[in-house]
Amino acid sequence: MNFQVLGTGHYVPERIVTNDELSTMVDTSDEWITRRVGVKQRHVCTSETTAEMAYQAALQALEMADTTVDQLDMIICSTVSGDNICPPLACSVQMLLGASCPAMDVNAACPAFLYVMDTAAGYFARGKVQKMLIIGSERMSRMLDWSDRSTCVIFGDGAGAMVLGEGDCYLSSVFYTKGNEETIKIAAFAGMSPFYQNEHDKPYVQMEGQETFKFAIGAICRDLQQVIADAGLLESDISWVVPHQANIRIIESAIRKMDIAPEKFCINIEKYGNTSSASIPLLVDELNRSGKLHRGDYLALCSFGGGLASAACILKW
Amino acid sequence: MVFEKIAALIADHVGCDIADIKAESTFEALGIDSLDTAEMVIELEEELGIEIQLKEKMETVGQLAKYIESQKG
Repeated sequence: MNFQVLGTGHYVPERIVTNDELSTMVDTSDEWITRRVGVKQRHVCTSETTAEMAYQAALQALEMADTTVDQLDMIICSTVSGDNICPPLACSVQMLLGASCPAMDVNAACPAFLYVMDTAAGYFARGKVQKMLIIGSERMSRMLDWSDRSTCVIFGDGAGAMVLGEGDCYLSSVFYTKGNEETIKIAAFAGMSPFYQNEHDKPYVQMEGQETFKFAIGAICRDLQQVIADAGLLESDISWVVPHQANIRIIESAIRKMDIAPEKFCINIEKYGNTSSASIPLLVDELNRSGKLHRGDYLALCSFGGGLASAACILKW
Repeated sequence: MVFEKIAALIADHVGCDIADIKAESTFEALGIDSLDTAEMVIELEEELGIEIQLKEKMETVGQLAKYIESQKG
């Protein structure tokens, strides 16, 4: 026994920043960003917090799942851009919802939501929970050096949520980690210890573009092929591939290499940019609310990023 | 040998004649950007059985070939 998805939700802040607006801030262009990343615009917080976005996404998911807050047995969140290091994001969401269940975060950078799903599956398998709320919420705009044109054009803010109930729809999963502090890094706040003597990096996203790209396009096909095989399926059985929306070129590379029709690869990076661990639940909710998902569909979710880490799973809808 | 492999990958990628690809050909002139280069390097890693770290920006096909030869050890 593991889980089924009972409801989904997402939230993005109101403020939209287009590529043309970004071109007035750094030396870039709509043409360059579109060709190299696939982003046309991104939503950016002006007053919304990471917790408030998570809360709004959660309300939608709870409503769809016809689930009340007091029915929740646990809340798990993923974020690399929480409002606070302590309390964890999940605890702030618990407070906003008025819930009383345990709450915790899982930190695994961009693919963290898939690590959250696997953690959730374990709680269901052990009979510890009957209903669970899981959320990815990211305010990446606060983690960016807005004068660095190689990173500030990529990311966006948003949140996605799922309410899970008992079921058998989580068919297979795979996780991969290759510890590395150079390729993708967001340094923590340096602090002000009068005793610590090492130099520290600025607390903004730093990426080695080519190495990140190499890791991602290697991971996406390898992980998808493994979870599809582990679920006893063929690539042609997959109804929808839900890839992390990191860069359109990564998805295009997978489309060329996999035996899955291009139209089955779901893409919304043009609207939201890379929302880190929020991208998967945000995209699943868009698919769900558009009426594209049908009972029995096989969804292949896959993500990759900082760690370096990657993950994939098969969900039966 | 590495140069020939890269040239073949580029010819396949951009659909040009392999004979038109010289050591001094720039990736920019060939219409190859850094992400295309990274994708080709993955294929080279698989063929050569080595891991190739892309730390520096390569301007020409010859530079990349030389760099990969040095990584082969």
